Amino acid sequence: MPRDYISLDTFPKILRDNSHVYKGKPSIREKEYGIWQPISWDNFFNKALLLADGFRKKGLKRTDKIAIIGDNRPNLYLSIAAAQILGAVPVPCYQDSVADEIQYILEHAEVKIAIVENQEQVDKLLEIKNRLPLLNSIFYDDPRGLEKYNEKEVFSLAVILNNKESTNINLDEEINKTSKDDIAIMLYTSGTTGRPKGVLLSYYNIISVTSVACELEKTTFNDEVVAYLPMAWVGDNIFCVAQSYISGFCINCPESRDTLTIDMREIGPTYYFAPPRVWEGMLTQLMVRMQDASKIKLWIFNYFMKIAKKWGNAILDNKNVPITSRLLYGLGYFLVYGPLKNNLGLTRVRMAYTAGEAMGPDTFLFYRSLGINLKVLYGQTEATVFVSLHRDGDVDPNTVGPVFPGVDIKIEDGEVFYKGPGVFKGYYKNEAATKETVDAKGWVKTGDAGVIDSNGHLKIIDRAKDVGKLNSGKMFAPKYLENKLKFCGIIKEAVAFGDNKNFVTCFVNIDLEAVASWAERNNIAYSGYIDLAAQPAIYDLISKEIDKVNKDLSQDPELYDSQIKRFLILHKELDADDGELTRTNKVRRSLISDRYGKLVKALYNNEEHCFIETEVTFEDGRKGSISADLKIQDMDVYDLKDKVA
Amino acid sequence: MSIKDKNTAAQSDILMNIKDISLSFGGLKALLNVNLHIKKGEILAIIGPNGAGKSSMLNVISGIYVPQKGTVEWKGKLRKKIAPHNIARMGIARTFQNIALFRGMTALENILTGRNILMKRNLFHEMFYIGKGRRQEEEHRKKVEEIIDYLEIQSIRKTPVARLPYGLQKRVELGRALALEPELLLLDEPMAGMNVEEKEDMCRFILDVNDQFGTTIVLIEHDMGVVMDISDRVAVLDYGIKIADGTPDKVRSEQKVIDAYLGVG
Repeated sequence: MPRDYISLDTFPKILRDNSHVYKGKPSIREKEYGIWQPISWDNFFNKALLLADGFRKKGLKRTDKIAIIGDNRPNLYLSIAAAQILGAVPVPCYQDSVADEIQYILEHAEVKIAIVENQEQVDKLLEIKNRLPLLNSIFYDDPRGLEKYNEKEVFSLAVILNNKESTNINLDEEINKTSKDDIAIMLYTSGTTGRPKGVLLSYYNIISVTSVACELEKTTFNDEVVAYLPMAWVGDNIFCVAQSYISGFCINCPESRDTLTIDMREIGPTYYFAPPRVWEGMLTQLMVRMQDASKIKLWIFNYFMKIAKKWGNAILDNKNVPITSRLLYGLGYFLVYGPLKNNLGLTRVRMAYTAGEAMGPDTFLFYRSLGINLKVLYGQTEATVFVSLHRDGDVDPNTVGPVFPGVDIKIEDGEVFYKGPGVFKGYYKNEAATKETVDAKGWVKTGDAGVIDSNGHLKIIDRAKDVGKLNSGKMFAPKYLENKLKFCGIIKEAVAFGDNKNFVTCFVNIDLEAVASWAERNNIAYSGYIDLAAQPAIYDLISKEIDKVNKDLSQDPELYDSQIKRFLILHKELDADDGELTRTNKVRRSLISDRYGKLVKALYNNEEHCFIETEVTFEDGRKGSISADLKIQDMDVYDLKDKVA
Repeated sequence: MSIKDKNTAAQSDILMNIKDISLSFGGLKALLNVNLHIKKGEILAIIGPNGAGKSSMLNVISGIYVPQKGTVEWKGKLRKKIAPHNIARMGIARTFQNIALFRGMTALENILTGRNILMKRNLFHEMFYIGKGRRQEEEHRKKVEEIIDYLEIQSIRKTPVARLPYGLQKRVELGRALALEPELLLLDEPMAGMNVEEKEDMCRFILDVNDQFGTTIVLIEHDMGVVMDISDRVAVLDYGIKIADGTPDKVRSEQKVIDAYLGVG
């Protein structure tokens, strides 16, 4: 039912409306004592009013900030709603953050009241309380272990929620005061570089973007979503909260982090989003478990997965598929795909998203071939998520889809810029950073390098600062190449070189687990990583994968110059302990090209092998050195015109 | 308050009073003239080298063994030889050194068995799942779910215990003992074979149970770090004789205890 978002221009107003429109229908569910307990929309509204009244009595006023810290729990979502009713700004924080990180955010945001999940978070706040003079109350949800706390600023949410005296609270006046340009929520970006920045999103930002997304995906109050991603992440606030407000569907809070798979199976969400590593993890787990299946089951699985690979995606996209293949796929659905989806809790999934990083096309197509409508979206907190999104029937695993309706995109010097209704209000108390990111005409800098392909899809290539140029003048995007290499599963890490060079070369780290199991099956004996990495058979194996990547690159007019001409397999695994990777396992390019400068030189000097000695740090902190004579292998490259069979 | 009143108050604080007991198996003297009292609400650890008589002591407390000499008083009354199900009815629950769960049953079902003695039977109601029978089942299930929530084992609720790792099986066993809502909980080496993380969890659960439900706990444990950290009082046995009894700090510094553990040079 189309609603008028001109009068319903803020969350509190929509919530009040929902309490009539979706009266009795579940708004949020939580599994308690083994049973899913729903809270209806009208009940949710009443509870939010109760909380708002309680917060008001603690001195919460318009534009004050409240912090929300914890896993996805109904009472925390209620606290957000309550704060919004009063015109206050909720600031959700990552629940895993250590006390110092939380202190920075609470201090920067001038938080007065904090709503936290449990004892763990209360302890964290009490530890830093002395340094936060503005913080005057801490409310907790789960009372366990907190009975004996007698700090005067620690309170239980239950006390407000069970307050029998405050019935018939009327906060209509407060709700009417909220307006579309008010800040709905403040989200701190995780801050991989420098201190986290507080992104301000207004109701207008969120409602205008979300209502379009809901219309695009035709979400209704019958949809179900499982809220399991951090509340401090913009995705949770848009996919779960905002879309639920607008469509009236129910948010399901898992019982605990460990029970997620069971909860997914019980709820059967129709709407599911996960970062690529979650999808990849699920697939790996599934494949490992299939290896233990009986031979006949394994055969059936492999046979029908081949059918699915061939036809599944086409059937999902409603393309022409011969009737016999459709029948075979139907049989496969009955025998394999259906049970498999059920096991993963994805039976009812109607729309599934992934975002954040590159995802291997094989993994992506695996899920699509099962009939799961998985799509990639590209977005940022600063854009209220949506910049581009795959549409039904127009999905390409190598892109992040066409531009989102209402959003404009331009590419300048290879870097992607966007503008649209979702563009944020600025960083809180950081005018300089805001100006750096958004220009006077409203274009927002993404920091990502990308191109728009012939189908109008946006393709993200790399972080803009990492993109260089080959001597031929063509773009060189190391991370894009490295990701392509890593998708094959036997390459754990790769480092590509080519900036200011004539051609591209790379270092390869083999994935010890995967390659060792391959070696075992092929009767190749080895003593350890160094030995295995130097085996000619492994060089052959890796060069086959690189050849595939080269063939693929040769078809892209932008990137055909980036084909890998020479490579070597490193004698040691790149390691965070040696400073070669960051703690989040990202390659430290400059450090590696310094430390292994000799190898890089050899790659470009036509040498056939190169001796190297490197210092390594063992886990106990001792240092040692390992040396090896590394072979360098040449690769064939393809011409642009070569049609690959 | 007169002196007499104070005495009776102190008396009622003592849950179990074991006076001068001796227990022997044939010629082997497991316990010799041991005196021990258990105060309400405390965590008491019994420690000692191998073969010191710790498990025998626990079995005397639980009533499985009846000492040849001496008396055991439960809440001020003399306790005679009793049948196992009556031990549970008295409010004493225990876990075992070697896990003793129903391996084919789920964690939930195992814990539910702990409610057994609290259930009232009515064949008719239970067969048709009506009236009292139904209400009763719901009530017990609720209690069990509270325990599951408490021990944070929601994710294995419906997993057969044979498939669970050791640390979790131990937790389920604790859950079953808690399902009895005991006054006195006996734990026989609750942390044996656990890794550091599992031990930390178990410590927290033991302290929480003591804190929140006021359950009195007697435990046998070899990990001295754990014992010194969580117990209110420690009793040390050596060759069936109690050689020390007091706060962890006091016991730690006693020469006899050091000798028993390190040997006399």
